[in-house]
Amino acid sequence: MNGEVLSFSLFSALAVGGAGLALFSKSAVRSAFALLASFLGVAGLYLVLGADFLAVTQILLYAGGILVLYLFGLMLVPPEGDEPRALRRPLALVVAVAPVAVLLIGFLSRPSHGARAVLAEPTETVKEIGLALLRPDGWLLPFEYASILLLAALVGAVHLARRSVSNEEAE
Amino acid sequence: MDGNFISHLLSASLPPGFPFWGLALLAAFLGALCVVGFVSILALVSVWLERKIAGHIQARLGPMRTGGWHGWSQTLADAIKLLTKEDVILRGADPVLFRLAPALVMGSALAMFAVLPFAPGVQFADIDLGVYFLLAVASLTTIGVIMAGWGSNNKWSLYGAMREAAQATSYEIPLALSLIPPILHFGTFSLLSATEQQSGWGGMQWYIFSDAFWVAIPSFFLFFTAALAENKRAPFDLPESESELVAGFHTEYSGLRFAFFFLEEYAAMFAASAVATAYWLGGWNFPGMTFLSTGSLWLPILGALAFLLKAMFLVCVMIWIRWTLPRLRIDQVMTLGWKYLTPLALGIMVAAAGWEAWRASL
Repeated sequence: MNGEVLSFSLFSALAVGGAGLALFSKSAVRSAFALLASFLGVAGLYLVLGADFLAVTQILLYAGGILVLYLFGLMLVPPEGDEPRALRRPLALVVAVAPVAVLLIGFLSRPSHGARAVLAEPTETVKEIGLALLRPDGWLLPFEYASILLLAALVGAVHLARRSVSNEEAE
Repeated sequence: MDGNFISHLLSASLPPGFPFWGLALLAAFLGALCVVGFVSILALVSVWLERKIAGHIQARLGPMRTGGWHGWSQTLADAIKLLTKEDVILRGADPVLFRLAPALVMGSALAMFAVLPFAPGVQFADIDLGVYFLLAVASLTTIGVIMAGWGSNNKWSLYGAMREAAQATSYEIPLALSLIPPILHFGTFSLLSATEQQSGWGGMQWYIFSDAFWVAIPSFFLFFTAALAENKRAPFDLPESESELVAGFHTEYSGLRFAFFFLEEYAAMFAASAVATAYWLGGWNFPGMTFLSTGSLWLPILGALAFLLKAMFLVCVMIWIRWTLPRLRIDQVMTLGWKYLTPLALGIMVAAAGWEAWRASL
């Protein structure tokens, strides 16, 4: 067993184990913390594949940003939801299983799944990604579309969260 | 392993047939020992400095008795006391999260030291991602603090954790944006490469003295302010504000676990100061270094001294600010972060990008 296979197995065990813990944990906050292990495992997988920029971004955004917001949200809501659980469960099952089933069918029906990713030493990935994202013949247009989409989501979120002026006490 | 000075030293002294992974493991182990030792000594010195500076700012003397000269061994005695204290784990606390949190906080604080360039040839890993890696690792301490606050099962701790979550995510944005001007100027995330580019003018071509000084100086202040908030230092120490929340997220911790949070605070202060030193204040470069020959042993020694002096000066400024300014309210913290620092950071970023683009077009 070489180092590559060993580190791949360790990181995938971390990713899958963390996800499993997140699924089966009774406490929602513990589930969120278990996601940390999963995120770190996925970051490690990126690192094994030579995508060091992606790995660090994964930690910075998912572990440092999104997970903190999850936790913040979880600590604000009461432990039990208002929805009756009986109604929620079957729907949740369908929502959870359907995408996984589609992905699995797609994956298994592929003609060949023996192809391997080519492992390369990370060399100047930051520079390459930067050039690819910002060159007009690269991914500039999709990149800008994504930013506009995110900006629209941001403005929408602020609009929804904003209290009307009349309700607010004048300070 | 690239740029790791320990593996360089080791590879010279080990037998030729020694396997690469053995060297890597040994270098990693010794490097971790070095970092832990350095952080411990750093914390002892910084805590003593904090008490002395606090004392003198408040017209007191601070610790004077332990060890004789100006109470120099007071923090050493405190460290021994912390090590021998009982490790209390509450019955109501979450047993896993409560134990995991100090380890996570301490581990991520120590990992930050991997990319700091201390002196010419003294760095653990010169990775291409440098400061970006440091930011990512630093953001893990936030998770550790929230974990501690939740795991303690204490309302004060939970309040501290929620404040930390809100504050850390808010100030991460100006913190990262304020790093963009030096990144654009030097064209790299690597702190080593940025330091080497500041060696001109007889060791004085620092970013704040360069032709881009008019974006360098505001971005430096922005970085320093955001780093204060990110490290939970006063006036942004809301997560532990002892007058309202007892000690916030670490109220329930004792002994070594408490010491880990304490060490993390001083380690993170030093790491932020070290990044500011490497990007804005010339890193290890000092005036007069051109008189030393490149192979001289004095270069790394004086370079390390220059780096440590600059970084410790910034740590002292953080201490000075803590004992000068009153603590902000949480809404003032959020207002400052979102309504002032973030737009300011965006403005400085655009100005820096314009300046660098104009300079490149010349």
